[in-house]
Amino acid sequence: MMSPAHYLFLSLALFLIGCVGVVTRRNVIVVLMSIELILNAVNINLVMFSRVFGDVAGQVFALFIIADAAAEAAVGLGIIIAFFRNRETVMTDEMDLLKW
Amino acid sequence: MLDSIVFYFFAGIAVLSAALMVTRRNVMHSAVFLVTTLLSIAGIFLQLRAEFLFVTQIIVYVGGIMVLFIFVIMLVRLDVPLHQMRFRFQRLVALLVAFALGVEVLVILLLARKLPGAGLFVQSTAPVSKLPPNSEELSRTLFSNYLLPFEIASVLLLVAMVGAVVMAKGRKRADES
Repeated sequence: MMSPAHYLFLSLALFLIGCVGVVTRRNVIVVLMSIELILNAVNINLVMFSRVFGDVAGQVFALFIIADAAAEAAVGLGIIIAFFRNRETVMTDEMDLLKW
Repeated sequence: MLDSIVFYFFAGIAVLSAALMVTRRNVMHSAVFLVTTLLSIAGIFLQLRAEFLFVTQIIVYVGGIMVLFIFVIMLVRLDVPLHQMRFRFQRLVALLVAFALGVEVLVILLLARKLPGAGLFVQSTAPVSKLPPNSEELSRTLFSNYLLPFEIASVLLLVAMVGAVVMAKGRKRADES
């Protein structure tokens, strides 16, 4: 096994790429995909520490995070479809219903 | 040696395709690059000897969530690439903030080298041959110590399913008929 620092740096890189995607992209679907990427970056850390400490609890937590990501993606995509039905767009700049 | 080759292979693919995922203009290309990233993260799970999570990652993420994403991408019209690049300023600020966050965490990680002992660069103590069968160990922990969170997660999934159906169904259009 590599040292934990390798995995931490990999996880950091993926997390930062996900953050940049959330902030810069203007398509809501890509924003949701970036959030999935962030959740996966956290999962790498959990699994790596579970291996280092020889305790399987970290993998249980990673499993729960995967379940959460599935729930979040389902609800988020449902919201996107509902929004698209009303406004005919998925761009974040067009989401200004509270402004007139 | 082989371990490090496998790690660098999967890590390189993961970071490269994640960067491509964020920068591609076409959303379908982004989705495909995200699939590549998730698959290589699954490879890293396998390299960490987490076989059950490896399989779960492929089945749930690549087989479930990404298919859902691709369905929604195909349902939603996405032919507005022209005014996508209007706000250069926003991108600059985002890159700056991400850079600051990265420097912050890097400093923390490098300071952690000063921890007593080897810090974050400690090697794992358990050799591979001594590891218990992963799925068996995981299920034993999941169904004994974490039974209540497991049940709560099932309720969460049920709620999310109902919520997604309600959101995507839309209300009946009585005025059109």
